[in-house]
Amino acid sequence: MSIFALDRVTAQFPEAVAERYVDRAGGAWAVIHADWLPKVAAFLKNDPELNFKLFGSADAVDRLHLAENDPRFEVVYFLYSLTRHEHVRLKVRVSESKAELPSLAPLYRGADWWERFVWDFYGIRFTGHPDLRRILLYEEFQGHPLRKDYALRDRQPLIPERPIKDIFRGPGTSGIA
Amino acid sequence: MADSAKPEAHAPNPDIDSYAHESELEAHLQTKSMVINMGPSHPATHGTVRLKVELDGETITKIDPEIGFLHRGFQKSCENVTWTQCLPYTDRLNYLSAMMNNFGFLNAVEKLIGLEIPERAQYIRVIGSELHRLTDHLTCVGATGLEMGGFAPFLYGMEARELIQDRVTELTGARLTTSFGRVGGINRDLPEGWIAKVHKTLTRTEELLVEMDGLLTRNRIFVDRTKDTGVITADDAIDYGWTGPALRACGVDYDIRKVRPYWVYERFDFDVPVGEHGDNYDRYLVRLEEMRQSIRILRQAMDTIPAGPIIVDDWRIALPPKPEVYGTIEGVMAHFKLVMEGIQVPPGEVYDSTEASNGELGWYLVSDGRGRPYKVHVRAPGFPVLAALPHIITGKMLPDLVPTFDTINMIGGEVEQ
Repeated sequence: MSIFALDRVTAQFPEAVAERYVDRAGGAWAVIHADWLPKVAAFLKNDPELNFKLFGSADAVDRLHLAENDPRFEVVYFLYSLTRHEHVRLKVRVSESKAELPSLAPLYRGADWWERFVWDFYGIRFTGHPDLRRILLYEEFQGHPLRKDYALRDRQPLIPERPIKDIFRGPGTSGIA
Repeated sequence: MADSAKPEAHAPNPDIDSYAHESELEAHLQTKSMVINMGPSHPATHGTVRLKVELDGETITKIDPEIGFLHRGFQKSCENVTWTQCLPYTDRLNYLSAMMNNFGFLNAVEKLIGLEIPERAQYIRVIGSELHRLTDHLTCVGATGLEMGGFAPFLYGMEARELIQDRVTELTGARLTTSFGRVGGINRDLPEGWIAKVHKTLTRTEELLVEMDGLLTRNRIFVDRTKDTGVITADDAIDYGWTGPALRACGVDYDIRKVRPYWVYERFDFDVPVGEHGDNYDRYLVRLEEMRQSIRILRQAMDTIPAGPIIVDDWRIALPPKPEVYGTIEGVMAHFKLVMEGIQVPPGEVYDSTEASNGELGWYLVSDGRGRPYKVHVRAPGFPVLAALPHIITGKMLPDLVPTFDTINMIGGEVEQ
């Protein structure tokens, strides 16, 4: 799946691709250097043979607890081609100290909200994003909750919650064990 | 009206411009721009979404959807429980079609494990998904009718929905939050006599669809409010990442069930309705036709469902049968390990998607091999659709917002995770 597209990318921008591999389910991945991301995405979108015009989604992975965790974050992109009918899977690795990468929002309007989501939950900044605000959480929220070092039960209510005895919300051990 | 403040999206309207000579005579009234809040708790916003609307008269000059009121920490919760325990959380993504979320998630987990599920389980998944596609579309179409002022089509829709919901209850034990299916198949088989009941339900649903169709499709008020409102071009829709009926209404023929058939979808004969104009009316028509196609799929699936096991016979993945658990030490051990430690999904990652009622429901799963998901990314179909709302509605009239919001069918649960 999408091997052809990634071959084209590798041929076009040899120094952009850091790594290529195929996952367990047969999906082909390319790890792209952050600086090259807009060029690679523009090529995938505008090349008439590839035509990856549909912005599927984007998200990030905090690799803090994984064996291989440097750099800490991986931002993943899924683009879809309506002529080739396949996804292309891109990955960009971002370090914690410089959690920043170029935005795809000027290229794909669909990237706008997904990048806001990644900023909201992982604290990765997108340079060139027109309106990088939090999307699901409120602006007063401290920290980025999908980072692995954000505690599961670290609640930050805007309005103080009433203490309810004997009710523990959410998954995990309820702080007892 | 301050013309400079007008956004570019406001295309010239030939109908209005032809009356230009009349507007010359009209007194030019100064209007102040006004900001109104629609929601977070508004009857027409279905879920809880706050739309900050800036108005110039009745024209929307700016709209900012503020989402997140239903945010429950879906991903964070999933990362802290076993793979099977994620299932109840997936119910609550799209609470109108919970089974599609259940099965979509399970399908992705099975891809990650590299597991083929029994044929009968695949059929049951198709049946469950299509039943819930019907309920989802019935709610959407019914609610659209309701908000255009027609209460009857809504009630017809609800009647059909409740009948299907009853069948869903018989199958899964729950009306809405089904938590149906398990990794490797389905956790319980079809009840006795259920298929005959579903056949009758579908016949009744078809009758009710005719009623809804008759009440809405040629209804002057409904057509006036939905035709040529909420228009988006195919290119824009693709750029925003639209999928599902909303994209097909723009004329793009993309249905995952056809282009990348999963389970046993390639065995069924069904059509994918495609619209033309990308307006509210086309989105409504596409949904209406999709329901008829779902009924077709359901009938074929129920007629051809094979006998056989409904879950894989692998005690590392599926719970052993109860006699084994109570009677043998191996059964007890397998049961205990599966419940306490969860399924040991091998380390790796996968992106997989299924066609949910509102579009592509994508899952990006990462496993570190410790029995819990390391990352569960969900591509909710409603998320990109809602993201395009400002593009569609800016420069249009406030009354257009309501039908547009209806037909894009944004589901708070999945958008806000």
